[in-house]
Amino acid sequence: MLKTVLPHYVSTTERIWYYTLRILCALILLFLVLPILVIIPLSFSQSSLLLYPIQSFSLRWYDTLFHSSDWIRAATNSFIVAPSATVIATVLGTLAAAGLHRAQFPGKGFLVAVLISPMIVPLVVTGLGIYLFFAPYGLVNSYSGLILALAAIGAPYVVTTVSATLQGLDPNLLRASYSLGAGPIRTFFGVTLPIIAPGVIAGALFAFATAFDEIVITLFLAGPEQVTLPRQMFTGIRENISPVIAAVATILILFSTSLLLVLEWLRGRAAARTTRVTST
Amino acid sequence: MILVGPLALFLLIIFVIPIGSLLTRAIDNPEVIQTLPTTLKALQHWDRKSTPPDTAYLALSQDLTKAKNSPSAGELARRLNYEIPGYRSLLFKTLRRTPIQATDGPAARDALLAIDKRWSELPYWAAIANNDKSWSPYYLLASLDLKLNSKGDVTSVPPDTSAFRAIFSRTFVISLVVTLVTLLLGYPLSYWITRLSKRRANLVLICILIPFWTSILVRIAAWVVLLQREGLVNSALMHLGLISEPLPLLFNRLGVYIAMVHILLPFMVLPLYSVMQSVPPTYQRAAISLGSHPFAAFWRVYVPQTYPGIGAGSLLVFIIAVGYYITPALLGGAGDQMISYYVAYFTNQTTNWGMASALGLILLVGTLLLYSLYRKISGKELTLG
Amino acid sequence: MKPRPLLLALALSVPFAMLGQTSAQARDLTVVNFGGANGDAQTAAFIKPFEKESGKPVISVAYNGEQAKVKAMVQSHDVVWDAVEVETGDLGRGCEEGTYENIDWSKILDKSDIVQGALKYCGVGTFVWSTVLAYNADALKTAPTGWADFWNVKKFPGKRGLRKGAHYNLEFALMADGVAPSDVYKVLATPEGVDRAFKKLDELKPYIQWWEAGAQPVQMLSAGDVVMSAAYNGRIDAAQREGRNLKVVWNGGVYDFDYWVIPTGSTNKDQAIAFVKYASSPKAQAAYSQHIAYGPISKKAIGMLSPDVLAKLPNSPANARNALFNDLDFWTDHGEELEQRFAAWAAR
Repeated sequence: MLKTVLPHYVSTTERIWYYTLRILCALILLFLVLPILVIIPLSFSQSSLLLYPIQSFSLRWYDTLFHSSDWIRAATNSFIVAPSATVIATVLGTLAAAGLHRAQFPGKGFLVAVLISPMIVPLVVTGLGIYLFFAPYGLVNSYSGLILALAAIGAPYVVTTVSATLQGLDPNLLRASYSLGAGPIRTFFGVTLPIIAPGVIAGALFAFATAFDEIVITLFLAGPEQVTLPRQMFTGIRENISPVIAAVATILILFSTSLLLVLEWLRGRAAARTTRVTST
Repeated sequence: MILVGPLALFLLIIFVIPIGSLLTRAIDNPEVIQTLPTTLKALQHWDRKSTPPDTAYLALSQDLTKAKNSPSAGELARRLNYEIPGYRSLLFKTLRRTPIQATDGPAARDALLAIDKRWSELPYWAAIANNDKSWSPYYLLASLDLKLNSKGDVTSVPPDTSAFRAIFSRTFVISLVVTLVTLLLGYPLSYWITRLSKRRANLVLICILIPFWTSILVRIAAWVVLLQREGLVNSALMHLGLISEPLPLLFNRLGVYIAMVHILLPFMVLPLYSVMQSVPPTYQRAAISLGSHPFAAFWRVYVPQTYPGIGAGSLLVFIIAVGYYITPALLGGAGDQMISYYVAYFTNQTTNWGMASALGLILLVGTLLLYSLYRKISGKELTLG
Repeated sequence: MKPRPLLLALALSVPFAMLGQTSAQARDLTVVNFGGANGDAQTAAFIKPFEKESGKPVISVAYNGEQAKVKAMVQSHDVVWDAVEVETGDLGRGCEEGTYENIDWSKILDKSDIVQGALKYCGVGTFVWSTVLAYNADALKTAPTGWADFWNVKKFPGKRGLRKGAHYNLEFALMADGVAPSDVYKVLATPEGVDRAFKKLDELKPYIQWWEAGAQPVQMLSAGDVVMSAAYNGRIDAAQREGRNLKVVWNGGVYDFDYWVIPTGSTNKDQAIAFVKYASSPKAQAAYSQHIAYGPISKKAIGMLSPDVLAKLPNSPANARNALFNDLDFWTDHGEELEQRFAAWAAR
């Protein structure tokens, strides 16, 4: 499907090299996608075991899923917690990355280390630490506590991604903005933000994926009302390995794929529009 | 710079202070001084070679009478049981017989010995006397398979029970292998994507992101389906006649590697791809047109320009891998568990938070050292691309 | 927890504290268990009937036995769990350290009806379960009869499943080495006994496939990964009900209780006691054992069950004859030491 025509002047070695690379990459892609693909058919299996070959097909696991108040509550919770954490992480993370960019001040290294520390502290340690610290303030077993903790975990991803994008930012644009009389805040929203938007979106996606799939900290901080999808799946895998998990996975895969495709389509449209504007 | 403020403050409160206060638990040692203060005083000048003074027996019986039926007795029993397994039941056996009717030392001594002969053995007294400070290196030493002997020197624990050094090095080896394999797979893949048209590149990136977006728990279940004895991989290999016996692919180190590489590959590809995207192809072409062999040009001209991506990707993968525990727990054997598994064990199963914090602290220090090394070499902060 | 408040943090946390206010007033009774099939059986046999009888709603929560959570809740005086199912190993420690309310259950319950070992100072048995030898009857032509067969890789070729960790495996190893169930903990209390158990485990090491979660041995046995495995008897029963040909060897099983405890400072203590009292009644216990193959803690309940049901329970007279009762005290004293030695052994 992904064919690239090679120019006629390339040598045979290069040709062999190129096709080897293509086969190798196809295998790696297969390695990445195969586990996801094998799980989908199992969600339609009649058997309660995650095992091939599938003897007979049924929708019983979807039926179980949609009639289970536990799973519906878990899904609702995930869509409350993960987006809220993402918004906090993205706003704070983007601001911090902008503030760090090109700034030189004593202790910068230490500050950066603090900012990315949630990324490098093992999650078990984080979970226990936050748990003991939150408990006296009633933040344990509450949505706000879980959201704040997941925002802290997601923020470094936003900082690092946005920082990377900022490195490609032309400082002359900022200088131009300042010379035209705009203050730092106006410059940020008017000039910097539109340019680094892809980085911000990428960072937000990372933060969202992290918050959406977080299990270790959730085990500590989520009370009975805050059980999220991964938490519910964890119970499932420990307690009863059944194709309900496959059914959940299938729905989530469809969800994330369509989300990615929509993003891709939007980006394509935006790109097309820009090209049109510049060509006229 | 002021823009950094909100996040720095947020992380300080939500993250840095909690972790910091947790880590103080790694050296926190309040149990003995709080529950047995008079006993400690009586043992102050004890030489640890002769029988403890009779006053110590009296002091102990008084301290224990006070502690009876309070939670502090349980905390004390747990703490002393770390020093000598079995100390806990000795204490509770004694506590059940308190209050001890004795007004002077010798009588208290006889009473305690009548309850259990172990009260005449020196190590049980040394265990109390050695914990006369509110902090103790016990947990940190134990995390490195070390302990203080009765003279106060650091010694190794017997090889039978020394496990943590092996587990730390195993954690390091697993993370290193996973990092190298993801680099080996991620590099050609990222390179290939940069040579595709934008549309196709995006399609491939979506293929990489879909597993990234799929719950780790689902992927673990998927690898069980694929790798178990009669799973798809073994059946396929046997159908093709490549093997006659199913290969053991799961619940061992191999299963852990496969699943971890799968989970962490996107973390390698994304930074690599973003760096490779910005590498102009002109240099490599120039090298070839100047007579360099294409492979040499690739190796000497192209690869060095991607070092930042290799560094960032490897560091990211390594750091995430070091903290893994759910994947090895569900897909590995007893000899494939990483350090976080034991942090979780001490946290949740035995609620020995001193030990959990000490192991976590060592892991954290190791990670920070690695990170500062990275910063020194690359002169940059970690980026995701 | 001894709070180590930094002034700054404290000042800044006030708004968060307000954010986090949960409805501390008039919480519904919250019952916490291990979920899964066990949770379903408890809902049917304990929770629903109790709701009907008391006229008040009950929230049921599943957890994984993390005592860290209970301990932190108690230390921070923010207890939102009222009746909690815990494993044996946690009971003694939590009781001594004041994590659970000290309740003399022998005064609340009918002592003469409760089976031996189920009444402890802080807790009362939820049910009886057992870790047993299970095998795939499709894969093995002759049935194994005990742990000696589990170790016999010549007669029964193939992999064996064991749970990661020292607990139970040391007991199994000693029984395989010829120690009678009644002597196992006596032998294990000596250093030579521990050496003997690890040496016996050495023999089997290359044939062991380790599992972590209770659902895994069923999957392993059904998928043919292992021919025999240590497994929780309730899981095997659930698999049998789904038509899988898995069998249990009761000889040499290690049986144990789960216990109800009430975290210290629960605001619903009285209601929680009423709930536990209901759950321990012969009627509720008999109903429970009909839903899942875990044994009742009530002697009268055992009498109320049919022979078919009894055949699947760990503490029916026939099945308990040659079984071992897990020694809580031994494992609280030596648990961490032996688990560490196990980790060292596994690393070799």
